[in-house]
Amino acid sequence: MPVTTSLDGAVLTARLSGDIDHFTAADMRSEIDRAVTMNPVSELVLDFSAVNFMDSSGIGLVMGRSKLMSELGGKCSVCDPPAYIVKVMKLSGIDKLCPILGEGGVRL
Amino acid sequence: MKRCLNEMKLSFPARGENEAFARACVSAFIAQLDPYVSELAELKTAVSEAVTNSIVHGYRGRPGGVISMQVRLYSDRRVYIRIRDKGCGIADITQAMQPLFTTAPEEERAGLGFSVMESFTDSLRVKSSRGHGTSLVMEKTLRERSGDESVKDGISNKSGRKSGTGSPVR
Ligand SMILES: Nc1ncnc2c1ncn2[C@@H]1O[C@H](COP(=O)(O)OP(=O)(O)O)[C@@H](O)[C@H]1O
Ligand SMILES: [Mg+2]
Repeated sequence: MPVTTSLDGAVLTARLSGDIDHFTAADMRSEIDRAVTMNPVSELVLDFSAVNFMDSSGIGLVMGRSKLMSELGGKCSVCDPPAYIVKVMKLSGIDKLCPILGEGGVRL
Repeated sequence: MKRCLNEMKLSFPARGENEAFARACVSAFIAQLDPYVSELAELKTAVSEAVTNSIVHGYRGRPGGVISMQVRLYSDRRVYIRIRDKGCGIADITQAMQPLFTTAPEEERAGLGFSVMESFTDSLRVKSSRGHGTSLVMEKTLRERSGDESVKDGISNKSGRKSGTGSPVR
């Protein structure tokens, strides 16, 4: 499963795994959006710890979810991405819209 | 100009599944130069961007189009990658290469493909002609593997590699 979601109160955690590219992002996107809109979610946590590849399609995915959460009046964050993915994300400035959190919730 | 050690050519249809296939091929071929894991990740990302652009923009999602890829490895550890399509072409290359510029915002394209290719390689050259297609050349010189004699002449030596120095896995 490329995305598994779990709900804790109003916090939805979406655990992504494998490679994120244009081909795989479409299913991930609809899976996350389905879970967000079906539940009363105020915070979306995108768990990147099991992602081993990402190109700019992943940036689009994070930007889109972050936009969706702000439309719903909630917030969005990325947690535990591998170092190389942090580099791809920072290139886009996405960390200014959506905080990237490392171990212990430290902002990367 | 340094000696070309090895070369591969490949062509495949413009199907989304082949984004992963193209990355894996380039990764397996470049392993001959024993790159660092970070260099491999950067080149895989750049290839993924180029192939995705041919699929999404060049052929507009029509799987009948063909993408061709050529990779050369040089004795000075330079990797040359050319990716071509015979799709719609790019009207204005300067504009297309601007960060955040995209002609497909509705598909959540971030407009950062060219920025990623530029920052993860040493050079990127794009040629395109409207109605005829796009050809893109990326080059990157891999770092010398220090403290590992076996890679000095560009020959990968799996048995002689120290653990933890970043073998090209996955
Ligand atoms: N192979 C190609 N064929 C036609 N147009 C392309 C090609 N590659 C890129 N483009 C154009 O350049 C723009 C920018 O590309 P890129 O930086 O990768 O961003 P994105 O793919 O997110 O749109 C695309 O939106 C598209 O209009
Ligand atoms: Mg692109």
